[in-house]
Amino acid sequence: MNKRPCNRLSGGTAIGFQFNREDESPIASLMDVDFSYNGQPVLSHVCLEIYPHDFIALIGPNGGGKTTLLKLILGLVRPDRGSVRVLDRSGGAYSPAIGYVPQNVNFNEDFPITAMDVVLMGTLDPDRSRRGKKKDNMDKAMGLLERLGIGSLAYQKIGEMSGGQRQRVLIARSLMTRPRLLLLDEPTASIDTKGQADFYKLLEELNKDVAILVVSHDLFIVSNYVKSVACVNKGLHYHPHEEITGNMIETMYSCSVEDVCRVQVLAHGMPKPARQAAGGQTHGNI
Amino acid sequence: MGIFEFEFMRNAVAAGILTSVICGIMGTLVVVNRIVFLSGGIAHAAYGGIGLAFYFRLPVMLGTMVFSLLASLLMAAVSLRLRHRADTIIGVIWALGMAFGIILVDLTPGYNVDLMSYLFGSILTVPNMDLYIMMGAGCVILVVVVWFYQDLLAISYDEEFARIRGLPVTRLYFTLIAMLGLTIVMVIQVVGLIMVIALLTIPPFIVEKYANSMAKMMIGSSLLGTVFCLTGLWLSYRFDLTSGATIIMVAGFAFLLTLAWDRIRPVAKTRAPQDG
Repeated sequence: MNKRPCNRLSGGTAIGFQFNREDESPIASLMDVDFSYNGQPVLSHVCLEIYPHDFIALIGPNGGGKTTLLKLILGLVRPDRGSVRVLDRSGGAYSPAIGYVPQNVNFNEDFPITAMDVVLMGTLDPDRSRRGKKKDNMDKAMGLLERLGIGSLAYQKIGEMSGGQRQRVLIARSLMTRPRLLLLDEPTASIDTKGQADFYKLLEELNKDVAILVVSHDLFIVSNYVKSVACVNKGLHYHPHEEITGNMIETMYSCSVEDVCRVQVLAHGMPKPARQAAGGQTHGNI
Repeated sequence: MGIFEFEFMRNAVAAGILTSVICGIMGTLVVVNRIVFLSGGIAHAAYGGIGLAFYFRLPVMLGTMVFSLLASLLMAAVSLRLRHRADTIIGVIWALGMAFGIILVDLTPGYNVDLMSYLFGSILTVPNMDLYIMMGAGCVILVVVVWFYQDLLAISYDEEFARIRGLPVTRLYFTLIAMLGLTIVMVIQVVGLIMVIALLTIPPFIVEKYANSMAKMMIGSSLLGTVFCLTGLWLSYRFDLTSGATIIMVAGFAFLLTLAWDRIRPVAKTRAPQDG
């Protein structure tokens, strides 16, 4: 099988894509993945490996493929080419190793359901024998709700909570199967700045036990907490920890629609064409 | 009360209670899944089945059930595949089904029952056989809903999450719609088309605000529906009015009352300030 080169940024050599990873195996990996929708290519030659203790921000423009990437890891869609693997299984099969927190926490607010029942949904399984005993699940659910600071709201209706509280309920739900990887889709879209800081501190805390992949529109807050950044704009550029500097925090760039990854710009200086246009100003290419 | 000496009245009460329970359970699923329009489509399209049954001299219940099953599965498929056009197509099937049924009855030689009687039903002339059928169907629905409760709750509340967890969402949805189709057909025979829609939607709508689980909503809707039926039957007896319509008026009046009550004393939404 011809391995086409993966679309990733190699800050150093191709081997230096991940650091100190020889002893660990990835929780999830995408190898050379293509995906199109209605004939339009959405993702092209994408490679990504997610290891335990990773805390990756996934940024990129709308339509650039972030949501598709999540769906591929979740097994909701299959790639046209390439492979998606979750632990030892091919992606496409449901995996309790992946927890998922969707973007919109404010849908279906009027539904007659308590926080406890939402969290208990986390143990759903097509195989009934794997759903666990109700009492054990309720204890586990309560433990998670308390850990997330909303234990007192366990029997409140989901519509009577704030957006932030609802989100914590959904996080608790995603943690019920003790996942190895947590996927969050734009979790702070409707939270104010102070709330966002608290939220990311919570994620930092959770990161001790689970790898985290956060889809975000905003690099600004995210860069304070995450360990690495992946930019998705049809292709994928990966920036390990060493490349995320204080400069990023001060600059409010996110990936633009043009084919230039701004993070690349920030991390490595101007890309070639812009460098020439700037009249030969040299920035070292790291 | 002297009226209970009459078998027709006892049967009417029994039919009312059974209908309320069945509609309480299925109606909850209809309201939380936001498929009220789809249910209306199934109910009116059922007329096509009635017409077919008459024309081909099939037993009415059987012919209607088969046709309704097909129509409801078709509408379910449409609502899944073409979400944005779903209500248009349901509207088309709604009207066509009804017209189709009426024409078929026109073309059937001999004396035929007026299809309008299916509109308001005949709760005062329920034969024992129909009661037994309803009891049986009620038991089946209860068993299915209890067995699949977690799955139905999941697809009703968060379909995407259910899919991610590997639940057979499409199969469950079609099962739900098929059960709904059979429910509607059966209940139309007894209490009429209009009352089916009213009992499927009004009690669950009222109860939804006050219930904190889908199960409680089902129980509450069944009880409330029963109250409406018994009140309506008594009023229709007292004032010599059409029973089906009276029951619906009672339900509608209660509906307006709860809307007004909600203005005066809204169900508390204890929102904490926005937090992380």
